Amino acid sequence: MSHDHDHDHSELSDVELRVRALETLLTDKGYIDPPALDALIETYETKVGPKNGAMVVAKAWTDPEYHARLMSDATAAIAELGFVGRQGEHMVAVENTPGTHNMVVCTLCSCYPWTVLGLPPVWYKSAPYRSRAVRDPRGVLSEFGVTLSDETEIKVWDSTAEVRYLVVPQRPAGTEGWDEAQLAALVSRDSMIGTGLALAPSERESAA
Amino acid sequence: MTLPDAVTSMPRLPLDQDGEPVFSAPWEARVFAMTVQAHEAGVFEWREWADQLGAELAKDGDGRNVSLSYYDHWLSAFEKILKEKGVAGADQLAGLKEAWDEAARATPHGQPIELKR
Repeated sequence: MSHDHDHDHSELSDVELRVRALETLLTDKGYIDPPALDALIETYETKVGPKNGAMVVAKAWTDPEYHARLMSDATAAIAELGFVGRQGEHMVAVENTPGTHNMVVCTLCSCYPWTVLGLPPVWYKSAPYRSRAVRDPRGVLSEFGVTLSDETEIKVWDSTAEVRYLVVPQRPAGTEGWDEAQLAALVSRDSMIGTGLALAPSERESAA
Repeated sequence: MTLPDAVTSMPRLPLDQDGEPVFSAPWEARVFAMTVQAHEAGVFEWREWADQLGAELAKDGDGRNVSLSYYDHWLSAFEKILKEKGVAGADQLAGLKEAWDEAARATPHGQPIELKR
């Protein structure tokens, strides 16, 4: 984007305005149905930049110097791989450890680094996720099938218009010697939001 | 969801390894989905759409000097076919575009942008 990023009000790009104008008109005339449109788009929610973030994580797992750069300046480290946010957002990487689990939410809106993570899942924008993730992160995680030990501290990061987070999940056991491409296949979108864990090698086989 | 072959066999349509459309921005998915719905609503035949999109893509020539993305062309082609079918006049779209622009500027950053009418 060439224009200055303005933090006081929202701004839509020319193409975004054209798309919204079309959607309003076609909805008014009854040619499209927004809920059906959302449902159709939902089928592609993982189809925007599907593996960008996963490649970042896999590289951080295998390259200690890249890992250090990612943790100190995620925006620059992600840009090294050619992934640049169109909204000029600042990225921060937060890393899961045996004692700490990170999870991302945006209580204000649904700010989401889609150039890195792809289209946001529909639940990410839902009011229940946004409010409960802060109040009861352990409960929300268990609904996603993630059970953490009571000793594990859960940190919830609230995105803003200016700062977006990337969770670096823990590298699964049994992946010693794997290359970046193999590892990237284990990194799900949800694991980079913190509502999931990276897949175990056995899960990858059953998912394939 | 299974898309008709006519959709996934569009020339140069970006597809992933599973043969599903892949997008580089949310608006691309939105205009793609709107096109599929407008077609299903009978606004145009898929062949007509393919011709319209093909004409836009042809503007890239040999493809070596591409400044517009595939979906930039898609969006232009969609606007044109709707105009030709008498569904969306250029004036109507320009008015709505302006209304959305005003709505965005009146919305504090981070809050959902809604069109007040």
